[in-house]
Amino acid sequence: MTGLEAVILTIITASTPLLLAAIGELVVERSGVLNLGVEGMMVVGAVCGFATAYTTGSPYLGVLAGILAGMAMSLLFGFLTQTLATNQVASGLALTLLGLGLSGLIGESFTGLPGVKLQPIDIPVLSEIPFLGPILFGQDILVYISVALVFVVSHVMARTRTGLVIRAVGDNHHSAHALGYNVIAVRYGCILFGGACAGLSGAYLSLAYTPQWIENMTSGRGWIALALVVFATWIARRVLIGAYLFGTVWIMGLYAQALGIGIPSQVLSSFPYLITILVLVLISRNRTLTKINTPACIGQTFVPDR
Amino acid sequence: MRLVLERRAERSRLMGWLSPVVAVALTLATGAVIFSLMGLDPARALYVYFLEPVLWWWSLEELVVKAAPLVMIGVGLAVCFRANVWNIGAEGQLTMGALFGSALPILWHEFQSFPVMVLMLLMGALGGALYAAIPAFLRTRFGTNEILTSLMLVYVAQLIADWFIRGPWRDPQGFNFPKSVQFEGWQLLPTLGDGRMHLGAGLALVAVVVLYVVMSRTLKGFEVRVVGTAPRAGTFAGFSSKRMVWFCLLLSGGLAGLAGICEVAGPSGHLQPAISPGYGFTAIIVAFLGRLNPVGVLVAGVMLGISYLGGEAAQIDLGISDKTAQVFQGILLFFILACDTLILYRIRLLRPQTA
Repeated sequence: MTGLEAVILTIITASTPLLLAAIGELVVERSGVLNLGVEGMMVVGAVCGFATAYTTGSPYLGVLAGILAGMAMSLLFGFLTQTLATNQVASGLALTLLGLGLSGLIGESFTGLPGVKLQPIDIPVLSEIPFLGPILFGQDILVYISVALVFVVSHVMARTRTGLVIRAVGDNHHSAHALGYNVIAVRYGCILFGGACAGLSGAYLSLAYTPQWIENMTSGRGWIALALVVFATWIARRVLIGAYLFGTVWIMGLYAQALGIGIPSQVLSSFPYLITILVLVLISRNRTLTKINTPACIGQTFVPDR
Repeated sequence: MRLVLERRAERSRLMGWLSPVVAVALTLATGAVIFSLMGLDPARALYVYFLEPVLWWWSLEELVVKAAPLVMIGVGLAVCFRANVWNIGAEGQLTMGALFGSALPILWHEFQSFPVMVLMLLMGALGGALYAAIPAFLRTRFGTNEILTSLMLVYVAQLIADWFIRGPWRDPQGFNFPKSVQFEGWQLLPTLGDGRMHLGAGLALVAVVVLYVVMSRTLKGFEVRVVGTAPRAGTFAGFSSKRMVWFCLLLSGGLAGLAGICEVAGPSGHLQPAISPGYGFTAIIVAFLGRLNPVGVLVAGVMLGISYLGGEAAQIDLGISDKTAQVFQGILLFFILACDTLILYRIRLLRPQTA
């Protein structure tokens, strides 16, 4: 394996969790809901995925557990914001705080244990192509799923009736309601989808990225995923670009640390966060770009009149 | 059967008082269920967790030490959230306040007189305010959402602090431990008697009183409430929303920074990588439990202080993880938000109509 190949492989593993979480949140935000609890759902997905894989020995059951855990967390958020019409910002924060606490508690007995790694699926023949083979055809299943999800979401949002309904609900919930669509039900569906993606992303971290459980192992990735949605101006394919861009930054920091160039490790570790801020500033400076694509009803509560 | 919300004609005053109480009661009930699932006697566990911390003088003192930073940060955040400015990076501002405030005693250790303490506190507040000025500037100048920027800066602040404490500010006689020199004399906050209760508690009380007066008796307080509830009306009244963002972030950042330096110059007496056990995040819960009202925040800060102490006590007495404290805090915030719905809405259960 050449050095460049190794770098690209690690970039893919660093980008995949960001991509998974961001694509889920994109759908949620398109339906007009701002779920700031991505970090919380992700970290609970990570711990449940790890715990299940460790006890059963099957990483795939772990992945499933991660998804279910993320969905359970998002259901809590859905109940609060949709059924009880609470403030979405505060409820999302609550979800993150609860998730971080809960995962610490669940994961306490699993700290330091050897994990079960999600094995790559080598596609026969194709994965033996030099250089490109291992990169394109030798990944684990979640990498394929994450990329496929982008194209599926992109297609559904832009070209199908379901996507149109989701966008209608997100852009004007009163009109969508008047047309006879069940705003709350659509939003519940999107929130659950977002939860599943965040849980999956967490499970990827604890089963493939670093197959072990470390407290707070998401280290802000959920928040970066939220920033990615803004960066992508709510367009699915741009999330793919953004996620890989951030994955690259993350890995470059690690490599620079390993090479021991004269920069303190703390400076390099802070890069992903600083670049997130920079990117947010650059995007929000362009008022028209953000205004065109921002779902008009984002963050607003909706209570149907009967 | 399904749940339906029915808007009340006006805010229910009764529910405004009742909802935090109900939320706490529901959290305790959930706690009892969790404890019995863990195979513990729920009554004893709840006693250890929530009652024992307030039964002894030394633990009451410890409670004040824990509640002071929560209240100090919480009142600032309450004003922010009232105005719909979402500063969730108080933990980072706290860290920066601790760093700024520690500069004097670390770099000029011989400076020993009353002014050093005053300067340390001022520097702490300045550090927090300056750090909060970054999201304020980005929001007002470029329209960047302050939620994400203030949060990202928490990670950055902790890395900066880590660099200082492991690098230039490490105690040369500290056996390579990542900590600064021990502060001495005037560099430490005065305590009550020989106890651990320090000046920080007094400062927190002052912050509560001042902000109570500001919020209920002054034009600025009125401005905060108008801009928060009806931004358009605020614009017509000539209130600048940009000025409001600056005001809220500088105020809450300054208070968080003050809490940071009080933590270093109070209970610990030196800088170390773990400056606070997440006070900046818990203060978000404090602000909401206190109904975004300064006096409410005071009560709420004490309650969440109890949950920190209870967590420590439960670890020793019951042999369960102190992480349960964080879970309780999260559950509490959920119940608060859920109960607050009752202020604006009536909840009806509808049976499906049989045609």
